[in-house]
Amino acid sequence: MPLRGFSLLTLVAIALPFLFPDNYYVTVVGTTAAVHAMLAMSLNLLMGYAGQISLGHAAFFGMGAYSSAILTTRWEWRPLLAMVAGLLLTGVVAYLISRPILRLKGHYLAMATLGFGIIINILLVQTGWLTGGPDGISNIPPLSLLGWQVDSDLRWYGVMSAAALLVLWINLSVVSSRSGRALRALHTSEFAAQTMGIDTTVMKSKIFVLAALLAAAAGSLFAHQQAFVSPGSFSFFFSVELVTMVVLGGLASTYGAIFGAVALTFLPELLVVFEDYEVMIFGAILMLTMIFLPQGFYVAVEQRLGRWWAARQGGA
Amino acid sequence: MKIANRVALAAAVFSSFALTLAPVEALLAKDSIKIGSFLAVTGGASFLGDPELKTLQLYVEQINAAGGVNGKQLELVHYDTAGDAKKAVNFVKRLIKKDEVDIIIGGSTSGTSMAVIPTVEEEKIPFISLAGAVSIIEPVKPWVFKVPHTDRMAAERIFADMNQRGISKIALISGDGGFGKSGREQSLLLAPKHGIEVVIDESYGAKDTDVTAQLSKIRGSSAEAILNFGFGTGPAIVTKNVRQLGIDLPLYQSHGVASKTYIELSGDAAEGVRLPAAALLVADKLDDKDPQKLVLVDYISKYENKYGSAVSTFGGHAYDALMIAVAAMQRAGSADKAKVRDEIEKTKGFMGTAGVFNMTPTDHMGLTVDAFKMLEIKGGDWSIIN
Amino acid sequence: MWDQLPQLLITGVTIGATYALVALGFAIIYNASDVVNFAQGEFVMIGAMSTVFLSGNSGLPLPLAVLLAVGLTILVGMALQRFAIARSRGATVVAMIIITIGASIFLRGVALVVWGKEIKQLPHFFSESPIVLGSATLLPQNLVVMIGALLLVLAVHYFFQHTRSGKAVLACSYNRTAAALMGINVGMMMLIAYALSAFLGAVAGILIAPIAYTSYDAGVMLGLKGFSAAILGGMGSPMGAVAGGVLLGLIESLSAGYISSGYKDAIGFLILLLVLFFRPGGIFGKTSAERV
Repeated sequence: MPLRGFSLLTLVAIALPFLFPDNYYVTVVGTTAAVHAMLAMSLNLLMGYAGQISLGHAAFFGMGAYSSAILTTRWEWRPLLAMVAGLLLTGVVAYLISRPILRLKGHYLAMATLGFGIIINILLVQTGWLTGGPDGISNIPPLSLLGWQVDSDLRWYGVMSAAALLVLWINLSVVSSRSGRALRALHTSEFAAQTMGIDTTVMKSKIFVLAALLAAAAGSLFAHQQAFVSPGSFSFFFSVELVTMVVLGGLASTYGAIFGAVALTFLPELLVVFEDYEVMIFGAILMLTMIFLPQGFYVAVEQRLGRWWAARQGGA
Repeated sequence: MKIANRVALAAAVFSSFALTLAPVEALLAKDSIKIGSFLAVTGGASFLGDPELKTLQLYVEQINAAGGVNGKQLELVHYDTAGDAKKAVNFVKRLIKKDEVDIIIGGSTSGTSMAVIPTVEEEKIPFISLAGAVSIIEPVKPWVFKVPHTDRMAAERIFADMNQRGISKIALISGDGGFGKSGREQSLLLAPKHGIEVVIDESYGAKDTDVTAQLSKIRGSSAEAILNFGFGTGPAIVTKNVRQLGIDLPLYQSHGVASKTYIELSGDAAEGVRLPAAALLVADKLDDKDPQKLVLVDYISKYENKYGSAVSTFGGHAYDALMIAVAAMQRAGSADKAKVRDEIEKTKGFMGTAGVFNMTPTDHMGLTVDAFKMLEIKGGDWSIIN
Repeated sequence: MWDQLPQLLITGVTIGATYALVALGFAIIYNASDVVNFAQGEFVMIGAMSTVFLSGNSGLPLPLAVLLAVGLTILVGMALQRFAIARSRGATVVAMIIITIGASIFLRGVALVVWGKEIKQLPHFFSESPIVLGSATLLPQNLVVMIGALLLVLAVHYFFQHTRSGKAVLACSYNRTAAALMGINVGMMMLIAYALSAFLGAVAGILIAPIAYTSYDAGVMLGLKGFSAAILGGMGSPMGAVAGGVLLGLIESLSAGYISSGYKDAIGFLILLLVLFFRPGGIFGKTSAERV
């Protein structure tokens, strides 16, 4: 399992708060970027490696977040226990729907996952007695790890970066394992994978559940970090944003997913100066990137750098 | 080689982001008072955020032209949340950490206001919310204030009017956004206290194009009046569908439709509809001796001159918030956060577009229920009922 | 309880006709180019918004404004095909979805800048006094939407079955290479398909706007519902898409009437999921879901 990228990202994550102490872009936007990176990497396992599109990934993120929010505020559970409960719930739901949903393909799969995401969102809005309805749940207690309270932006930056690196580690192990190679075969040709003796159905549903669990874990952390959750944060539009992160970076590239997540977190921060033009510019960037770099921004740059490097080596 | 490239690229990506953003951090020396704002200028709640932002821009310009506050110019820093709670939290942190604003005015929707409360409390910065929900100021939070009437007051005002008309059974229909849901909850809570029974309780989606299904159920019920909590296209569609189905019951709307747009969209169907709203909508019909009239007429003429569109009570909230903040800074003699907070809490007898504000340590809004006027739509215009 | 049924059915069909018009546009583009055009809802919005502004602000008579608005939407549709879709041939399904989602966000953004954020409406084509049918009522405009949907469906059917260009578009959808070898100008046919779909969107928007109003973001929900309707009926067949639209309208209205208005959309999507699980090609579509 190649770890140079992992180590480098770890170094960067540690160095940033020292280089730019108390910087909004590091501790606040960086924290959000880490959450998005976790989500994008988990979705990339599903989309990039198992070849299954999902327009409802935000639902799993929301299930994790709401489980933590509800259990810690209404029944005063400990945050870690609530997180485990949320993971269990999400795992069971994901497992139950994985079989029927993954039998579908292409646009039908897109529709089914989209429908699932919207149903979950409607439940969050309508079950006000439990979820607080559209105005959500506030005063979620901060996370505490062995007596260490995570209550400042800097501490949250640390926790979220660490969690994102853990998800990266999991991703890299899955991809480089034997089943990971099977996964890639799945993406290229499901038929070929089957002839190689891989049980593609079991494989796909395993990945689906893993991706859902990672998203739920990110959701649980997110709920504690924001101290507030509302259904708007887990809507269909956010699912689309997650897909965009994965595709913008480049499908089937873990670092591409991270790049996409970081880029799409910073982009709106830079675009706010355009005010009413923001929506238009965002749409144009999305469209143009996909038209001219359909394999993804990160992957395209990586390939070009690779060629340039090879040419230089060859010349020397 | 491939791995090395990846590593190099990842490093390049991270550091280039960090480097391009770092210089932005360099801030000018502070010789102005910074007012931070986060509003839903786009998205489903833009009819709230849009007039709010326009009002803030208009009055910051006016105040600066008149010499500013305490000899300093005001500077407005604004971010558009599009009604998204997650964005609101990050933008408020950006306002506090990066822009180093002195006070925050904003949060068009209850959801975005609620979302930022933990942050403003933690960072100890005065925050005046422009959203309706009671839960923003109850229980009282030291740094959080709000200027619009609460949805509870709207429901109370409506029920009082129903009591006068002898209505005891009503049908409730509400939008499934934050405003509609919160109004629905308050209505269900308060109705029994006014001896009113909610015999049927329906809802509709923000973008629904037809609500005749829900209304035909209401038609078949024993309700004596219909109450609709919602904003945007929903209430206009409800109004038209009520008439289409030939339902001959009094229709009440909430303060969520308190703008001329509602009358325009509903046309003749809006005749006879009643709603509670601030006096802003009927400024020209107020008695000349009414002390509020001067404030209202002045705001309306300035706003309509500059933007050429009709005022709504929502823009009025931004006016109230800004003026309360400015008055507090003048009394405090500085923009010191703790002093300004104390002075906002001492706001007494301030005449705003929503009514007279009298804040106390236990009341961070300071409006009373009679700040609401009961209006009826007659001949395509608002009229006051007593 | 049953005395509401006539009204619920009529409501269902009126809402359904709206969805059907949008779904039809989805199905045509999908048939011609295997692309699900997530900007379909924006065609609906552009048709309605440009009519509002041409007739209101520029003072053009309504019929002329309608013609120009439809023409403008068709141009937008063809531009989308030429500058975005045609350039990305061979891109993956996911990349195509992102491109059309990007296009929808972009068009919404342009509408926001050009037309502002206010809610707008068009006048009803006929009187606003309701037509009473027993215990149920509907507006003349509801009838306009239904009849409009019906006529357009028939016209589309005629186009595909009985005209040379229509058959040529169909030929491209079955086998591009073979169609090209037969001397069909595939590029031109794709343009025609997008123009047709934009035309349908614009007409739908103009017919609906008097009842449902319009604004720069009105296309989002209509697009979503139209896509669901098209999938429900079966993407492969325009007729199926229309049937899906009416069915979805009925499901929503009956759920609101008999189960819960808060959950009506959830019930709609739940039924959609069940249909996909048991009949992956949609109710009226081919049974195989593998058309990627």
